[in-house]
Amino acid sequence: MKNDKIKYLVGAHTPRVFPLEPYSNEVCEFLDDLSGVLRKDITAKKYSDIMTLAFWCRKASINKMKHEFEDGKYHLGRGLVFHITPSNVPINFAFSYFFGILSGNANIVRTPSKDFVQVKIICDTIQNVLKNSKYKIIKESTLIISYEKDKGITDYYSSICDARIIWGGNEAIRNIRQSPVKEKSVEIVFADRYSLALINSNAIIQTSNHEIQDIANKFYNDTYLMDQNACSTPHLILWIGEDKQGAKNKFWENIVKAAGKYDLAPIKVVDKYTQLCELSIEHDDIAKITKHRNLLYVVDMKQIPDDMCSLRGKFGLFFQHDIEDMEQIASKITDKVQTLTYYGINKEELIDFVIQNHLQGIDRIVPIGEALNMGVHWDGYDIIGMLSRQISVSS
Amino acid sequence: MFILDEILSMSPYCLDKGEKDKKYREGLKELTKKHYESCFMYKNMLDNFSFDINREYDVNEYPFLPVRLFKEYDLCSVLKENIAKTMTSSGTTGQQVSKIYLDKTTSANQTKTLVKITSDFLGKKRLPMLIIDSKSVVKDRKLFSARGSGILGFSMMGYDTTYALDENMQLDYNTIEAFLEMHKGDDIFVFGFTFIIWEYLYKVLAKTCRKLDLSRGILIHGGGFKKLIEEAVDNDTYKAELAKVCGIKKVYNYYGMVEQTGSIFMECECGRLHASNFSDVIIRNPKDFSICKKGEKGLIELVSLLPESYPGHCILSEDIGELIGEDDCPCGRCGKTFKVHGRIKTAEVRGCSDTYEK
Repeated sequence: MKNDKIKYLVGAHTPRVFPLEPYSNEVCEFLDDLSGVLRKDITAKKYSDIMTLAFWCRKASINKMKHEFEDGKYHLGRGLVFHITPSNVPINFAFSYFFGILSGNANIVRTPSKDFVQVKIICDTIQNVLKNSKYKIIKESTLIISYEKDKGITDYYSSICDARIIWGGNEAIRNIRQSPVKEKSVEIVFADRYSLALINSNAIIQTSNHEIQDIANKFYNDTYLMDQNACSTPHLILWIGEDKQGAKNKFWENIVKAAGKYDLAPIKVVDKYTQLCELSIEHDDIAKITKHRNLLYVVDMKQIPDDMCSLRGKFGLFFQHDIEDMEQIASKITDKVQTLTYYGINKEELIDFVIQNHLQGIDRIVPIGEALNMGVHWDGYDIIGMLSRQISVSS
Repeated sequence: MFILDEILSMSPYCLDKGEKDKKYREGLKELTKKHYESCFMYKNMLDNFSFDINREYDVNEYPFLPVRLFKEYDLCSVLKENIAKTMTSSGTTGQQVSKIYLDKTTSANQTKTLVKITSDFLGKKRLPMLIIDSKSVVKDRKLFSARGSGILGFSMMGYDTTYALDENMQLDYNTIEAFLEMHKGDDIFVFGFTFIIWEYLYKVLAKTCRKLDLSRGILIHGGGFKKLIEEAVDNDTYKAELAKVCGIKKVYNYYGMVEQTGSIFMECECGRLHASNFSDVIIRNPKDFSICKKGEKGLIELVSLLPESYPGHCILSEDIGELIGEDDCPCGRCGKTFKVHGRIKTAEVRGCSDTYEK
């Protein structure tokens, strides 16, 4: 399809549908090549998000995923995947595209219409690496575009795809779903989610100086690094264990140190302070507000409201609450809850908690420091499995 | 409020640091207590901030409300039936606007204060007034937009109020010339908004050879340089260019916001913005809200003794400013003097989900 309203960034105007096996050699090699070029690129190196992406798609990392996927069965890509990626984050379009090629599909990727430098760097690099003739198939089956809101275009691409991936808020998803897909198409939706953390105070108390600094840095990466604005970033910290107050003091003191490098622009301060005022106006179950300069605000809750997901912070504003055990909050875990980040707790206990309570929420359980790590299992989907079809063979 | 009545009877720039501090300690305590007792949202906030209304605090220790709160909440400390008028900020389409609820007392005090402050620059005598705007802005009296209420507020200081722009924002030469002819030899009070004057008076005059003689004019303008900064026009350029096209020499900018109408900050002959007896300014370091030293840039907090009907006596603006001095301006007026550097920059917010299509 040719259209004046579409900006063509990479690839063929009409991608060739030529399903491959998931984790095919050419795709794995292409991603490793791309990873190498990005990691050597002086401009790309300035962007930590590009480096994370490049690290993610290097050979060792992809091989690990491949190994986990292989089940001795026969798989082939579904055909064509249409990706509508988030408008406010530069990198996720690339992850979405990688999911598409790793599962063996042709792809049409709509990037953010906002001009992000990162999008340009990544697209230019993809284009360059695809020039190598050994990636002919990938090149012919890739189309990366951008366009302003236009139902006609979304209608068209939706009508021809075999799978559609939508990243976005509830309203955006509802709007995009006005554009029907083929009867047999599958859809993966990455909607707005909420995440929280569970910390065992006993474990924090026992940490050495060095260990607590490491934990603080990891927590910083889970939160401040993305302005506390990613779906998987924790907003609420639940504390279990004995000397909770001692643990909290030790923990937050170190977070303040770790967050010293955070770029706290005045606009962020005003936003954050405004948010604190709004919370103070609206909530009567706040026990205490602790301000560590403007770098960190911690709000102690007397109780967790039924709508737990309303406890959201920005730029370093966290809520915390003491519990005796997770059972106490089981009823508050709705399908909106995505990631549970933990420290000092046995992960089997957490898995049991989700399963024994028959919960609809918590799709990810990860140790502190891994909240933002993107995976082929996300929001409860086995993405590569969903985007490929399994050929069942009986003898 | 007793303190305010007392100040209203004085010359507007007479209080030095020590006297002002004494009055503000008392005034802010009274205002804070009043709003705490009559505005439940304000009370919730102060309770959650562990603020004890019965304790003595320094002037800079009172909690400040970010301006955006007035867009999101109906912050009001009087009964509905006592609201005399509601003012709104002139936000662009689609933006939420601030809603400021005024009772008779606060509204009257705003007018009295504005008269006090501006007469220090215009003189006690009322002057013929030329407004660089269109009459249509004030026609709908029910909509007290910041622009309309600004014009009406300042109109108290003049007589033979004449609008220089027609319904279509075109310069109305005939009306202006007739007005100037009538008041030949008199000082004239010219009023308007910074951007409107630039766009609809300056630019038009700069393009044509038709001349307007405003050499006897005293211009007071406000509203901010936000749009002009894009055209690289600062206060000095503004003054110089206006003098070029219409001979106007006395040009005073003022800084203020709809959340604290009346107690505006006027620019003096030395080019500094002044806090009067009615208001104060505190420059805060964004890192920790500590108080910035002279010459250090920070967020501007505005303090005013006027807001009795809504909790707007301490407000955190979204502007960056810097303190120049206190009680030491060569113009002779007491109070803090400062500079405004403009609005804080909007940041690229990171994250992973956002409404894509609206």
